[in-house]
Amino acid sequence: MSIDLSQFIPSFLEESFEGLELMESSLLNLEQGDDETINSIFRAAHSIKGGAGTFGFNNVTEFTHLVETLLDEMRDGRREIVQNDIEILLDSVDCMKLLIEAIKNETECNDEKIDITTKLLEETLNTSQALSTPTSEGQSAETPAPSDALIEWSIEFVPDHHLVQTGNDPQFLFNALAALGEVNIEANASDLPALSEMDPEELYLQWHITLLANVTEDDIKEIFEWVEDECKLTITKKTATETAPIVSSSEVNKTNSDSQQPEQIPTPSEEPVAKSEVKSMKPESTNKPVKAKAEVGSIRVGVDKVDNLINLMGELVITQSMLSELGNDFDLSKVERLNAGLEQLLQNTKELQESVMRIRMLPISFAFNRFPRLIHDLSKKTGKQIELILKGEQTELDKTVMEQIGDPLVHLVRNAVDHGIEPVEKRIANGKSEQGTITLNAYHQGGSIVIEINDDGGGINRKAVFDKALEKGVIDGSSSLTDSQVFDLLFEPGFSTAKELSDISGRGVGMDVVKKNIQALGGRIQVESVEGKGSTFKVYLPLTLAILDGQLVRVGTEIYIIPLITIVESLQTQAESINRVSGDMVLYRLREDNVPVLPIYQLFGLESDATQVEDSLLVVVEDDGQKVGLMVDDLLAQQQVVIKSLNENYQQVEGVSGATILGDGSVAMILDIPGIINIAQKKARNHKNNNINSANTEEVTP
Amino acid sequence: MTKILVVDDSNSIRDMVCFTLKSSGYETVEAKDGQEGLNKAKTSSFDLVISDVNMPIMDGITLCQELRKLPSFKFTPILMLTTESSGDMKQRGKAAGATGWLVKPFNPDKLIATIKRVV
Repeated sequence: MSIDLSQFIPSFLEESFEGLELMESSLLNLEQGDDETINSIFRAAHSIKGGAGTFGFNNVTEFTHLVETLLDEMRDGRREIVQNDIEILLDSVDCMKLLIEAIKNETECNDEKIDITTKLLEETLNTSQALSTPTSEGQSAETPAPSDALIEWSIEFVPDHHLVQTGNDPQFLFNALAALGEVNIEANASDLPALSEMDPEELYLQWHITLLANVTEDDIKEIFEWVEDECKLTITKKTATETAPIVSSSEVNKTNSDSQQPEQIPTPSEEPVAKSEVKSMKPESTNKPVKAKAEVGSIRVGVDKVDNLINLMGELVITQSMLSELGNDFDLSKVERLNAGLEQLLQNTKELQESVMRIRMLPISFAFNRFPRLIHDLSKKTGKQIELILKGEQTELDKTVMEQIGDPLVHLVRNAVDHGIEPVEKRIANGKSEQGTITLNAYHQGGSIVIEINDDGGGINRKAVFDKALEKGVIDGSSSLTDSQVFDLLFEPGFSTAKELSDISGRGVGMDVVKKNIQALGGRIQVESVEGKGSTFKVYLPLTLAILDGQLVRVGTEIYIIPLITIVESLQTQAESINRVSGDMVLYRLREDNVPVLPIYQLFGLESDATQVEDSLLVVVEDDGQKVGLMVDDLLAQQQVVIKSLNENYQQVEGVSGATILGDGSVAMILDIPGIINIAQKKARNHKNNNINSANTEEVTP
Repeated sequence: MTKILVVDDSNSIRDMVCFTLKSSGYETVEAKDGQEGLNKAKTSSFDLVISDVNMPIMDGITLCQELRKLPSFKFTPILMLTTESSGDMKQRGKAAGATGWLVKPFNPDKLIATIKRVV
């Protein structure tokens, strides 16, 4: 029989990563004498070691064994918990992560960090105050190599009367012996008391067993391993050159004191002899687990969420049956009930949708839990004292968004430590507490989730940013910018105001990438800063990537959807605010801004009700600080739409990011606002060129 | 059908043990800590209990002691599933009334061969 356990490798890996995270966060909070915390760290290491051993990931097992030994000493109070050991353990967690990641990627892990940490661990263990370290597992190496010859063993097995009360049954022991070779078992019932004195829960029999098999004494002892303290066991080799009985070590004393015991066995004629013929079992061949299959993304969902789904499903079925019954003999008198039923259906569907979406949601603590360690390491590296406060960790976020927001967040936090929090001396000079504070906060706001990274450091030096932008040629000297516009310059490619480069936040390649990543998720980032008080980076993210809140608009007979998050405002045009620059280029004056107007009907070549800006509605959308006014005929409902990819069924269309199916079954396109703004900018540029060209020609021909 | 209660806080270990047992024709019931195991033991009967030692809420040793107090578990084999090969842990298990122990990492065939010693 072969049992293939390789299908469990992905879940082992997932569990190991969870275990490592728990180890890391617990290590950071570990204090002297905190038994529960150290126990949970130990358990996590222990599980990883056990699992890794089962799959034959020996490097993980060996490494984790060292970690576990150290933890075990701490747990038993044999070793004091000192900061240095915690650092080593934190490094060990990193190493385990490397090793397990290598397994996941099916690569070899040759990181020198592992060797270094292994050495550190071994040194620490050697200098331990511990009395003894647990011996390593496995069979002792002393077992002599087996020869081919069959050996006749004679085994006296005299169990204690209470043997069966721990669940051991001699019959199964004999079965196991029979699996080794040919056995002959004789029972001796001489100790059996009279029926009236017999306790049915006690065992009164003794056995004499002869075993003919090519096995060592250790093999036999292994079978009796569980009962060796609850019986008198004498194992004698009969056909061996030496005739002296080999006595089970734990039994030496007892056997000596009871040396006459074998003679006390009554003659065979008086004793009821039970000869057990036990089937011999073939030793099963071991099989190695095959290579793990390519990883399929999996998600762990709380049972309560699944239960809720099933519950809602039940309600949906009830509503459905109610409606179908209503449909069987429908007349107008039942319209009210029909409406009520439809209302209920709407409610059920909405709840069901929310619950299904919630399956993909994870608490943001999954993204936050790496930060305590990061701050710990960074404050060690920079010498700054930093306290990290996490808030709103239970706020839920889509799994995909979560996975992709991790790196940008790390970058922002590193920045806050490196550029935000001032060195201790400077903080004291400025009358602040020595310890800087970084706060991560997550909360819902409307249809999006907001993640705030706040530091109480020096804030952003507006002038430094401005000068740097000037120097880089990002802006020209005449620009007058608002604070938020200046701070937005931080996200320009190649922008870094740190005078010296540090290995913490790198060389300014980050912030523009951070912004791009966040935008790729359909989110945006915003900076607030007060000089001397600190800065706050706010990251706005959509709750999920599969559904978006959209504004339905009509152009001619077509319906389009504009993502609500991009809309600044929708307005009825005022004739006095319309400026025609030249030709068909129209700008709309929106307070202090001039917003280029883009007629959707032109973009997609449609017939529309109104071709003039004056007669249309304008939806002003914004992306990346650029505003564009979209000319539409009518504003319809706002609703959540499920995004369907066009690429799977059609092809990429400029200005369209996807499609959705509306309530009446028709397909509506979702507008790609960044794409449309690009188109508008291209158009504006062409205009400029054309104008220059035409201006030139005019000059040439006076 | 032989019914086995498997108690382990690690999902993957529990899954693997149960998978191995089911593949060999045993019926399994899972619990993720000693307390849950004890609760299940109180409402159902089992032919064998396999339990991890290190678990949150209630460890395997305590579970074993508690199970032995139940009349229906007086003779039921209880195996401790442990990576601790030290004699100390085995003695604690035996003292608590455990029948024997299985040493992790386990090999599926060995696991089945070993539990055949008690069921």
